[in-house]
Amino acid sequence: MLLGQVFVNNGGDMKEILEILEKDARTTPEEIAKMLKKGVSAVKNAIKKYEKEGVIVKYKTVVNRDILKDDVQKVRALIEVRVAPQRGHGFDHIAERIYRFPEVISCYLLSGSYDLLIVVEGRDIQEVSSFVSERLTTIDNVNSTVTHFILKRYKADGDILKRIERNHRVAISF
Amino acid sequence: MKISKIVEKIKPSGIREFFDLVIGMKDVISLGVGEPDFVTPWNICESAIFSLEKGYTSYTSNKGLYELRSAISKYLKNKYSLLYSPDDNMLITTGVSEAVDLVLRAILNRGDKILVPDPSYVSYEPVSELAGGRVILMKTSGKDDFKLTPVILKKYISGGVKAVVLNYPVNPTGVSYTRKELLALSKVFIEYDLIVISDEIYDELTYDFSHTPIATLPGMKQRTIYLNGFSKAFAMTGWRIGYACGPEEIISAMTKIHQYTMLCAPIMGQLGAIEALRGSANSVLEMKREYKRRREFIVSRLNEIGLECRMPEGTFYVFPSIKNTGMGSVDFAKKLLRKEKVAVVPGSAFGSQGEGYIRIAYASSMDNLKEAMTRIEHFLK
Repeated sequence: MLLGQVFVNNGGDMKEILEILEKDARTTPEEIAKMLKKGVSAVKNAIKKYEKEGVIVKYKTVVNRDILKDDVQKVRALIEVRVAPQRGHGFDHIAERIYRFPEVISCYLLSGSYDLLIVVEGRDIQEVSSFVSERLTTIDNVNSTVTHFILKRYKADGDILKRIERNHRVAISF
Repeated sequence: MKISKIVEKIKPSGIREFFDLVIGMKDVISLGVGEPDFVTPWNICESAIFSLEKGYTSYTSNKGLYELRSAISKYLKNKYSLLYSPDDNMLITTGVSEAVDLVLRAILNRGDKILVPDPSYVSYEPVSELAGGRVILMKTSGKDDFKLTPVILKKYISGGVKAVVLNYPVNPTGVSYTRKELLALSKVFIEYDLIVISDEIYDELTYDFSHTPIATLPGMKQRTIYLNGFSKAFAMTGWRIGYACGPEEIISAMTKIHQYTMLCAPIMGQLGAIEALRGSANSVLEMKREYKRRREFIVSRLNEIGLECRMPEGTFYVFPSIKNTGMGSVDFAKKLLRKEKVAVVPGSAFGSQGEGYIRIAYASSMDNLKEAMTRIEHFLK
């Protein structure tokens, strides 16, 4: 793709607030107001509105526990789930039955050879296994599951978890 | 051993000592860096790694890889309707720095007068002198937003002026020119038959209006050498790839020098540049959006803490006035460094008209910028 003449235009659009908060949720309304040349109260109101509408779901921190040597490592598994959709509900109802469990940390509906992809977290392999055998496969309409234990996380939701040394620039230059 | 008179005459940079001070210090937040804080987009790096694996490690033609020249030609046509033939009107150089050197050597005879703005990027004056030119500094001032105008231009044009160095968006002030302002300048260039060396390396980093290459204005293409490169927009400073476009006789004169002094620009960089033009539009836009937010933030903060700062139109620099502190710019920078461990570049490094100002590069993370502004605020109290 060739570059066109590109403009950055904020207009009356407050969506850029989301972009800023997705990068760093600690950015204060005062700072955002400066970055976008808006009033502080306008920014605060926009954030409140996004929170109320559920556009902003919550604020949290990206943690890489692998670095904590003495930490009790939790185990995660990616589980492919085949289900039979229900009349009148499609996949939504059965998906909710599954994602309501706190052990399930992500849940997606997919196209392809299976239907739901869920990520389950547990204290150890046994805990995850028993979740699968006792809770998941026993739900009506769950036909079969395939469990893949996650061995290492390299990148999650856009964040590379390894620290990359980026400050190779000379301290001062013209 | 005796070195050449012409080199001996070149003024040593007045702030070398300050630079050494910065480099010798630890845990400094440096807002003195003239390059992006982003690393080169991964598609470019990945493509260069692949080329190395395939064994692309040789020289290229003197003018640079045809594929790259052709891609640049298309890019300029698409973006600016600026037409340059990859065969006759284009040379790939080792960064714009080399292109500046080549064009000055290609056009200047001993004693030819050349106009250079003050303040401006540090290389134009010494490199013009190395090429035998006589530099006439065009003083621009903070009162007039450091902008060149037809009136200022005419004040410095006298018999024998052959060329003018134009750079916009401007390092260090961040100033840029609208099409209308450029049109007014171009009329003077044409009236006095000047060659215009136009360094537009920061063109992609123009925030409030679309950048206009001066070569696209009526009567200008035949007298303009258009210089650009990949360092700033694509975050590729270390790859050292720039290019010069212009009339065939000047490009071939530049190529003559280039073939003996540089032979060709590094092939890895050239291959990376091809990928940059092919698939980096989104990365460039994303960096630009980020820079723009930082620009708004830093200008607002500087004015809030009492350093008067105009909103620059482009680059990743701001050039606030420090006159109300009563300190000189070198003094200010040294004290700020010692007391608060924040590095900025004294405005005087860019010419005598830069005195009373400092250059702050916002090519640094928001966290750094916030912390640096807090420290400068503390310093001023």
